[in-house]
Amino acid sequence: MSENKLLVTFSPHIRDSVQTDKIMLNVIYALIPAIAVSIYYFGFFALKTYILTIIFTLAFEALFLKIRGRRITLDDNSALVTAILLAMNLPPASPWWLILIGSFIAIVVGKQVFGGLGQNPFNPALVARVFLLISWPAQMTSWIKPTPIIENFNFDSVSAATPLSQAKTELISNGKILTDFSDASAYFLGNIGGSLGEISAIALILGGLYLIYKKIISWHIPVSYLASFLIIVIPYWLFFPDKSLSPFIHLFTGGLMLGAFFMATDMVTSPITKKGQIIFGVGCGVLTAVIRLFGGYPEGVSFAILIMNAFVPLIDYYIRPESLGEAEKV
Amino acid sequence: MTNGFIGGIHPDYKKTLTADKPIEKLSYEKDEIVSVPLSQHIGAPAQELVKKKEQVLCGQKIGASKGFISTNIHSSVTGEVVSIGNLNSPLTGKVKGINIKISNPEDSPKQIDTGKKFQDLILEAGIVGMGGATFPTHVKLSPPKKIDTLIINGAECEPFLTCDYRLMIESTEEIIKGAKIIQDELKIEKLIIAVEDNKPEAIKAFNKYIHGFNFEVKALPTVYPQGGEKQLILSVLGRIVPEGKLPLEVGVIVHNVATCKALYDAVENGLPLTERAVTVTGAVKEPKNLLVKIGTPVSKLIDACGGYVGEPEKIVIGGPMMGFSANTTDMPVSKATSGVIVFRKEDLPSLKMTNCIRCGRCVSACPMGLVPAIMEQFAISELYERLLDWHVLNCIECGCCSYVCPARRPLVGYFKTGKRQVMNIVKERENK
Ligand code: SF4
Ligand code: SF4
Repeated sequence: MSENKLLVTFSPHIRDSVQTDKIMLNVIYALIPAIAVSIYYFGFFALKTYILTIIFTLAFEALFLKIRGRRITLDDNSALVTAILLAMNLPPASPWWLILIGSFIAIVVGKQVFGGLGQNPFNPALVARVFLLISWPAQMTSWIKPTPIIENFNFDSVSAATPLSQAKTELISNGKILTDFSDASAYFLGNIGGSLGEISAIALILGGLYLIYKKIISWHIPVSYLASFLIIVIPYWLFFPDKSLSPFIHLFTGGLMLGAFFMATDMVTSPITKKGQIIFGVGCGVLTAVIRLFGGYPEGVSFAILIMNAFVPLIDYYIRPESLGEAEKV
Repeated sequence: MTNGFIGGIHPDYKKTLTADKPIEKLSYEKDEIVSVPLSQHIGAPAQELVKKKEQVLCGQKIGASKGFISTNIHSSVTGEVVSIGNLNSPLTGKVKGINIKISNPEDSPKQIDTGKKFQDLILEAGIVGMGGATFPTHVKLSPPKKIDTLIINGAECEPFLTCDYRLMIESTEEIIKGAKIIQDELKIEKLIIAVEDNKPEAIKAFNKYIHGFNFEVKALPTVYPQGGEKQLILSVLGRIVPEGKLPLEVGVIVHNVATCKALYDAVENGLPLTERAVTVTGAVKEPKNLLVKIGTPVSKLIDACGGYVGEPEKIVIGGPMMGFSANTTDMPVSKATSGVIVFRKEDLPSLKMTNCIRCGRCVSACPMGLVPAIMEQFAISELYERLLDWHVLNCIECGCCSYVCPARRPLVGYFKTGKRQVMNIVKERENK
């Protein structure tokens, strides 16, 4: 009888329909608004960067798994997420070799040497970004001017400093900020210089809200991150208005929104409990504020998140929620 | 007052397959064989009282309780003992049991002596918790502490199962009377019948009796595992049962609706526990709720439902969340068998495993506030001391963590085995 081969497994015998690949796919969906804005403002440059990053990243993932004799798990979509996030962390006009090196660092150094999906302590895209930033600072900070595709197809690589870097430069050379950044409403939409995925705060917030709505991420990290960041930045700006950008510009420029909604919330490299996530978010917020206000780099998001990534095992180890009716330790 | 517990899940309940099907009495023929297991409860198996070739009457005691945590076993049919041997069991693989060939299929159970003291009568009738845990009921009815509230568990939170639901509609009065007997015997102040709000008919049925009897009906939110004792007590009373302790610690006892019915039948009619309602559902032609004699082979239940639809891939005894998958249908119904669910390949979820992506879903789903993802790491690396420190013993094995895991980690499986190892550590420590 056919029953002789009845399947025997541990309970439960039914499962939720959500699987790893779908979660990753949802992250990609959430990034679509930001991708769209970057293509709108950087056109061909943006497309090229996305395509090259995806090809290189997936190729490195497949190659490495093959060399290690493992099943090629591109279908879990995790490498694709890394690829898109990496592209978003690169300047729009990145040369192909920069993308190649970045993809290698992200996948091989950032992820696979630790054992692949789920095992990496640091966000792979950020590892690559910081590595490139330190090794090729010039290429990594050569921003081009955003030009809406509806206006002009000819992209001139007019360099356009990001508000953060310009402010930092002025602060270092003059001791205070000279440029008037008060008319900054366009920044919110994405009309600024910067990495592909950083420019449009509104697109990133939309994507982030989608992830929260879909229960892929929870509010704990973004909210604690942004709140703790503002708690430092607002008073500082009130006391030293000529040494600091307004909190509004701080919030909506640079990698903050990308960081708060997509990089810090990377589930693999953030704490597993809600309480741990709040500690992590606060750490990210404080570090980002401190680096931006007092550090040598204009931008602190990547460093802040990577530093906090290092504390995640510790947080996970010590922040154990109390279980129901918990007894004293025996 | 806290109302409801943390965590939990909302699976697809699939109860409509059988919710409207009245419990149907399964019929038996002469010469059919039933196989009554001697261990149908937590605790020591019963001692057999009959020999091969012996004639037994329906309701006759054929297994005697051995020790305090144990209970009696009765023949569910009149017939001849053809053999005593090993039966298949969903729990332990094999269990000793008595095979009886039916001689008179129409016989109803012979009465037990109802003159005894309450608890002894329940033991005599062989009643166990019929919600799945199969704890001998007489033990639960001998609390060493003052109990102020009796909760009757009509949550039936497992998907697919509807046998308790039907019982609540069809035997409402017996259930209430059974509960009242417990309440009176143990002098319990308060009686609450708790039902999930996806069973409005059952709630209505109980409400009809509120005036005649003095009790409260509580509609609970539908969420798995609402019927878990600790979750139920938290939802109904806002009381937290301490880890490793029984409900009586907080002045509560919980009994399942089917148990109450069995208790009523024993006290009022002198009937031992020889049959139970079973939901047979999933990929069978006609899903049903069946009233089945203990010891009936599962294959007979499936035949009674018109056989399979398509090719069976997995057969679950009990509910889909906590039940056991059986490797054969040549397995008897026991006092614990609440359901038989047939799955075809296409009904089963994909179990494609990836590494844990640390999404934290298991943490949010755990109704006991545990951290399954981290406990899994300890279990894999056999760090049982750490597993103990993370309170694995508080795990109620509800399976919520595995259910939600997108990486399809077999979390609860690890904790089931891990708990055994951890118990050994605890025992060793106590012996020191
Ligand atoms: S649900 Fe699964 S993948 Fe997510 S954290 Fe828990 S074990 Fe890991
Ligand atoms: S099986 Fe245990 S660890 Fe998993 S959700 Fe249930 S109580 Fe929590």
